[in-house]
Amino acid sequence: MEKQTALYQRHVAAGGKMVPFAGYLLPVQYQTGIIAEHMAVRKTCGLFDVSHMGELIFEGPDSLANLNQLLTNDYTNMDIGRVRYGLMCYENGGVVDDLLVYKMLADKYFVVVNAANRAKDVAWIKEHLFGEVDFADISDDISQIALQGPFCEEIIAKLTSDIPQKYYRFIDNAKIDGIEAIVSKTGYTGEKGYEIYIGNADAQAVWDKLMAAGGEYGLIPCGLGARDTLRLEAGMPLYGHEMDETVTPLETGLDFVVKLEKDFIGRDVLLAAGPPKRKRVGLKVLGRGIIREDQDIYFNDALIGKSTSGTYCPYLDGAYAMALINVGSVDLGDTVAADVRGRKVEAQVVKLPFYHNV
Amino acid sequence: MNIPSELKYVKSHEWLNYLEPDRVRIGISDFAQKAMGDIVFINLPQVGDPATAGEPLCDVESVKSVEDIFSPVSGEITAINEKLLDHPELINADPYDAWIVEVSEVTATEEILSAKEYEAFCEQEG
Repeated sequence: MEKQTALYQRHVAAGGKMVPFAGYLLPVQYQTGIIAEHMAVRKTCGLFDVSHMGELIFEGPDSLANLNQLLTNDYTNMDIGRVRYGLMCYENGGVVDDLLVYKMLADKYFVVVNAANRAKDVAWIKEHLFGEVDFADISDDISQIALQGPFCEEIIAKLTSDIPQKYYRFIDNAKIDGIEAIVSKTGYTGEKGYEIYIGNADAQAVWDKLMAAGGEYGLIPCGLGARDTLRLEAGMPLYGHEMDETVTPLETGLDFVVKLEKDFIGRDVLLAAGPPKRKRVGLKVLGRGIIREDQDIYFNDALIGKSTSGTYCPYLDGAYAMALINVGSVDLGDTVAADVRGRKVEAQVVKLPFYHNV
Repeated sequence: MNIPSELKYVKSHEWLNYLEPDRVRIGISDFAQKAMGDIVFINLPQVGDPATAGEPLCDVESVKSVEDIFSPVSGEITAINEKLLDHPELINADPYDAWIVEVSEVTATEEILSAKEYEAFCEQEG
């Protein structure tokens, strides 16, 4: 039985097509449709209910030590009010989850994890906690709304002056028209945007205020469908696709958040493995059709890997995919072929990201 | 839900427009286009290909997924709507105008529903 977020009634009232996702009922799209919602985020602004995401707290003198042991990135030397991306690995270097760490206080961190992995993450973390640290899963108390697109600053400025100025910064105890919130300048769309965390009781009010403030800018609510086409167009990885327990952060090209000089769970295996033998590439579909996930990729009739995600990208008006392929098998500009339900669809190896605006 | 009364329907949500007793145009219903969402590609069959009642005629890519369109009739494909190759979104915009194929020398058919019967079926499907 799926759960509802605090915004469920808003989605239904707005004509949202509700689907089960990570244990919640969320809109895959509204009457506007995925393409229009995607384009709104690129051209004006879109509003997303992302309350299904998980939020965890680490508090106490050993919080930092625990985070550094669990995660690939180094969380030392972080100012309060900063956000830092990282991954959590198994001993064998495969990925448990990717997540964001928000430094709230000297000894307090707010960690945002993928909805689908929340239970798994909590169990893994609890198994590995040490020293003086209090760990809590507060996801059920927190709602999250993402405001993404070129007019996000104008819209949020009508409701608050507690606006983080730089990317990957946040303001705690922000007041959105009097309502307490965490406002971070982060997002999963490749556009400027904010992610706003509030208590469940305040979610509808904040949603309504943002919708009202955004009306003149063309703000529309957007669903999971557009969330996926946007992140893919921006070349952003999604757990369960570009990485999972069988893929290391290095293979998926996230080495910029893997600090091998620091000790963390999985580090020894990553070091011993040496340079990765697989890598993530971008594919621009040349033929007719869409390359989606889990499709075999061939170069000169040799199987070189598999696609991990793919869809039609509305802003670029074309189909794009990401694939995990053998290192050295192809160069940028090479033409590969994907097996799409028995048909050969050609694609060109291109740089990632396909689109960016932040 | 738009269900023109002059057309016929099948349970897999295709509509039929009999141009002649054994020549029929086929498309997908409003119910089907809504369920699919924004259509971005259609992989039309070729003129001359056989159509088989109850079997896939071609497939259609929406942003989120691929769906088969099933032929309500058996026969030979004698025309395809090439406009849809560059403008598949016409199926969403006007599903009853955006015919997909014409089938001639129709032999077998699936269970054909009138507009009223199809409407009742859709209500049941929810």
